[in-house]
Amino acid sequence: MSEIVNKNGYWMQWVLAALTLIALPYVFSSGASLTMMCLMGFAIIFSLSYNMLLGQTGILSFGHAVYYGMGGFMTAHALNVIAAGKLPIPLPVMPLIGGLAGLFFAMLFGWVSTKRAGTAFSMISLGIGELVAACSLILRGFFGGEGGISTSRTETMKFFGMNFGPQIQVYYLIAAWCLVCIAAMYLFTRTPLGRMCNAVRDNPERAEFVGYSTQMVRFIAFCASGFFAGVAGGLSAIHYEIVTSSVIGAGPSGYVLLMSYIGGVSFFIGPIIGAVLMTALQISLSDYTGAWMLYVGLMFVMVVMFAPGGLAGLLLMHKPMLMRGTLRRLLPAYGLAVVPVLMVTAGGVLVVETCYHLLVKSSEGTTMNVLWLQYDAKSPWAWSAIVALFVAGGMALRKLSPFVAEAFHDAVKQAQSKGAQ
Amino acid sequence: MNASALQLMELHKRFGETPIIRGVNLDVRQGERHAVIGPNGAGKSTLFHLISGRFPVSSGQVLLKGEDITGLTPYMINRRGLSRSFQVTNIFPRMSVYENIRCAVLWSLGYRYSFWRMVEKARDARELTESVLEQINLMSRRDVMAGVLSYAEQRALEIGITIASGADVIMLDEPTAGMSLSETEYAVALIRRVSEGKTLLIVEHDMSVVFDLADRISVLVYGQVIATDTPENIRANPAVQEAYLGAATEEKDHA
Repeated sequence: MSEIVNKNGYWMQWVLAALTLIALPYVFSSGASLTMMCLMGFAIIFSLSYNMLLGQTGILSFGHAVYYGMGGFMTAHALNVIAAGKLPIPLPVMPLIGGLAGLFFAMLFGWVSTKRAGTAFSMISLGIGELVAACSLILRGFFGGEGGISTSRTETMKFFGMNFGPQIQVYYLIAAWCLVCIAAMYLFTRTPLGRMCNAVRDNPERAEFVGYSTQMVRFIAFCASGFFAGVAGGLSAIHYEIVTSSVIGAGPSGYVLLMSYIGGVSFFIGPIIGAVLMTALQISLSDYTGAWMLYVGLMFVMVVMFAPGGLAGLLLMHKPMLMRGTLRRLLPAYGLAVVPVLMVTAGGVLVVETCYHLLVKSSEGTTMNVLWLQYDAKSPWAWSAIVALFVAGGMALRKLSPFVAEAFHDAVKQAQSKGAQ
Repeated sequence: MNASALQLMELHKRFGETPIIRGVNLDVRQGERHAVIGPNGAGKSTLFHLISGRFPVSSGQVLLKGEDITGLTPYMINRRGLSRSFQVTNIFPRMSVYENIRCAVLWSLGYRYSFWRMVEKARDARELTESVLEQINLMSRRDVMAGVLSYAEQRALEIGITIASGADVIMLDEPTAGMSLSETEYAVALIRRVSEGKTLLIVEHDMSVVFDLADRISVLVYGQVIATDTPENIRANPAVQEAYLGAATEEKDHA
């Protein structure tokens, strides 16, 4: 599709992205939003690196946090060594140490795991993940036990007068690495190897019969992916100034899968959307509710069931209509659908919150607050209202969905006929 | 007489205790179009899988241009200049037609596993891909996702992927299976064109295609080659008539 890329348009995209990254701290200048954007930065790199495996090469890893974590630990140790020896290495190159650590361990473990594809690969990756997580509790010298490894980012030599104490300087460091990594990973998809990754994903057998060893393709993709995961881990070490063994286990390995999948693994931009959204949700939702991880899980299930293309897929579905100007024909149908969607969502949230209150916060009594609502969690009236809201919303949505689907197909058809003219 | 392109020597294949290929000897000469025919279950597809490295050989040898390729992996055999198609269409369904062919030319042009150059800038890959697309007449469909092509188009793409690397030994497994009469005619013309100057080994059920295309024919029955000869002699061979064509007339009688 992008075979004939307009050269100027192509460069403009990257210039625009860079300008956006430079401008963002002026728009969102509070300390909290600055921190959030830093988290998004390395979440994007981590999630894109994961998608080099899942979306591009078609291999499902359950242990990707190993390479992220090893990158983080190595960067922290390297920072401490540099600070102790007053070595002339500036902070901005430190994520490279993380990347090389990720690359090294990806080569080591990948050599074993990429010999297999499919389910066997997933199982091996899960095993390696558990193995490294177990080691992190045993090898206290390297992983620092419960307390982790602390470090300081301000002890290295100054870089153009910056000591990276203020968060804004860390933001620009992360933003620069983020942009470079996005560009590198995007360009990777346009190389002969990147194309063969897709071929191996689509049909490994045929790839062998056009001269490629699928094992070698998987191995190189795995190494590249490990490198970028390590860079992300290194940036997180610089941001937090501490790395604990919790970053290396099955939790973060699963989380990166959720981020990438919810964003959409079939599109390059998908994991970026996923990382930004999930980081924002994680921070904002966790302020409101202790059950936020449950919502993330529900969202994942919904995406797997109803939108396998992820959020990027849902957005890009509308692109032809946006370009041909038939999108507004969809608005009435979507407007009607909003009401039942809100009802189902609200009903679902109330069920979760009420259960959560009864099960986890029962010591606080049965009176509870959700946003501006106050009710008794054990009242049958409240329960009936919640269930009625949920069921009525669900039924209305079922009634409406053929209508919305029809409106969508009409708009697509119109866009196509306009495109043909 | 030409040198051998492909030699099979006492080739055996057993699945567990069951022998499928029972001592096949075959000599395909360079530059000829050689067809393998035989009743269903004779082991034609298995033979293809053994030659191309998809299945390991139980015993015996496969020589490609005089070199032993027994036990090599499919990609090693492919790199030595043997390329094959599949009976069931075997393409990259989520990639465009253009990209399907380009994947097949990359290795032979020396791009290997490179991730330090852009594939769009590879002029030789683009030119070769486009010339293959011209040959298989899919130029107008180049940006279509391969998975949504019509059946006949997918079969043409299958042949395109097979010939794209420029391999000099080409193996086609039932290339016209499931095609209409006019599609078959078109496919035969295509096969004739793309196998020009190359060695072709073809498995085919359609006898008119076989007798139209082949310089020599081998008859495979129950895992053994019972005859290898020119089409005229094969037609006249009483053993073949009994084992193969005879069985076909019997089937007709029953029907």
